[in-house]
Amino acid sequence: MIRRFLLATAAIAGLVFASANAASVSYTLPDETAAFKPGPNLEVVQNNCTACHSADYINTQPRGPKFKKDFWQAEVTKMIKVYGAPIDDADAAKIVDYLAATY
Amino acid sequence: MLDRREMMKHAAMAALAAGFGSAKAFALDTVTLPFDNGERPLVKYPQKRPMIGLTSRPPQLETPFSIFNDGPITPNNAFFVRYHLADVPLDIDPDKFTLEIKGKVDRPLKLSLKEIRKLPAVELVAVNQCAGNSRGFFNPRVAGGQWSNGAMGNARWRGVPLKTLLDKAGVQQGAKQATFNGMDGPVSDKTPDFVKALDIDHARDGEVILAYGMNGEDLPVLNGFPLRLVVPGYYATYWVKHLNEINVIDDVFDGYWMKSAYRIPDTPCGCVEPGTAPKATIPINRFTVRSFITNLRDGAKLRPGETTLKGIAFDGGKGIKEVAVSIDGGKTWTPARLGKDLGKYSFREWKLPVKLAAGAYELKVRATNNAGDTQPMEPKWNPAGYLRNVVEIVRVTAA
Repeated sequence: MIRRFLLATAAIAGLVFASANAASVSYTLPDETAAFKPGPNLEVVQNNCTACHSADYINTQPRGPKFKKDFWQAEVTKMIKVYGAPIDDADAAKIVDYLAATY
Repeated sequence: MLDRREMMKHAAMAALAAGFGSAKAFALDTVTLPFDNGERPLVKYPQKRPMIGLTSRPPQLETPFSIFNDGPITPNNAFFVRYHLADVPLDIDPDKFTLEIKGKVDRPLKLSLKEIRKLPAVELVAVNQCAGNSRGFFNPRVAGGQWSNGAMGNARWRGVPLKTLLDKAGVQQGAKQATFNGMDGPVSDKTPDFVKALDIDHARDGEVILAYGMNGEDLPVLNGFPLRLVVPGYYATYWVKHLNEINVIDDVFDGYWMKSAYRIPDTPCGCVEPGTAPKATIPINRFTVRSFITNLRDGAKLRPGETTLKGIAFDGGKGIKEVAVSIDGGKTWTPARLGKDLGKYSFREWKLPVKLAAGAYELKVRATNNAGDTQPMEPKWNPAGYLRNVVEIVRVTAA
């Protein structure tokens, strides 16, 4: 019982060593907490962007007049051209609109 | 690499989190970094004390700045974390781990961690600093990870000189560079894997280390367990984590993370006119000289009278020669007393007792290294937000 409790505690702590001898390490990342703000085409954004990164990559970017459509267009283009994000043109336009309108 | 189904699962999970919108309940607290849009959750990860959460997938964690006042060594559980790609190795069996050395070598090697640990070890105290440390302070602001000053840390690294293993493998004539790849990878096979390169002479200089130890312990998982590259004096982008593949090549590596990313303007200052694009770029390399006051925060209020200012300084490996402090906004400067020398790649502590009568003060600190390089009074700018090393200002009031 105690042993089970300890294992459970270790699992909650997110780091498990398989046994004392073989120091196999199993690491659990905490649950993701950041969320996209509500806005137009939110679903398109969630379906395309979150496969590779969490919403905080966007939430934390600089704000202001210089960080509107051109800025987000460049970022979305980079995701497609450089990082190979499989986003079609129609979705890309919707994502840029959402980002420019929401952030 | 995750398959399409797993990618969709991630997307669905994120959508779920968005749907319920209760995300912040899990954060311990929030902190506000001193630039616009600087609110961040304070997050708790295994093996880490509460850290400033920049992003969660891939994970990026910033060290709360107050840690730097505790001593010259940054504890493992407070050391910053920066990944580029979300397929982070989370199940690592050190008994099965191997490091492969291949390419233009006479004797390709495959070494277990045990074999690496049996080789004569070296220890070195060295600062590891993200190229984009302090990016959030750039003006005009630039895209990228919006770090405050906590994407840096100083640790005692223990491991084997890379030279030992390259000599064992026998680097062939005509070799130009060695490339370094870790177990972390992209989510999609269309995304360039994170691979970095060093010139072969740099790789064989005896100072570059394959480290398995950090401050007397194994590397924390998120700092590269079980083996990472330590490139003293160089920005963290070269300090490849979970390192399991070294490839010696006879040309200059043209992978995305060398050829296109992590480049600085090819100008003496590594800077350009704010808001403009550089004509030519080179791979980022050594740290600029930096110094900080660590025991007083910007906006602090203190009692008038004697107080001792305290902080850290470091550079790209020449070593800190002098730290000077100004309490009058930069009009006059007084040399500070330097703390113990832990090596030319380490944080160097400094201290200076000052008298602050009632009033407002602009405190400044400026370090100079043994090559005479120092810090500019006005910030330099480049489009990627690298190399920040302006003389920082801490405004305090004695009342």
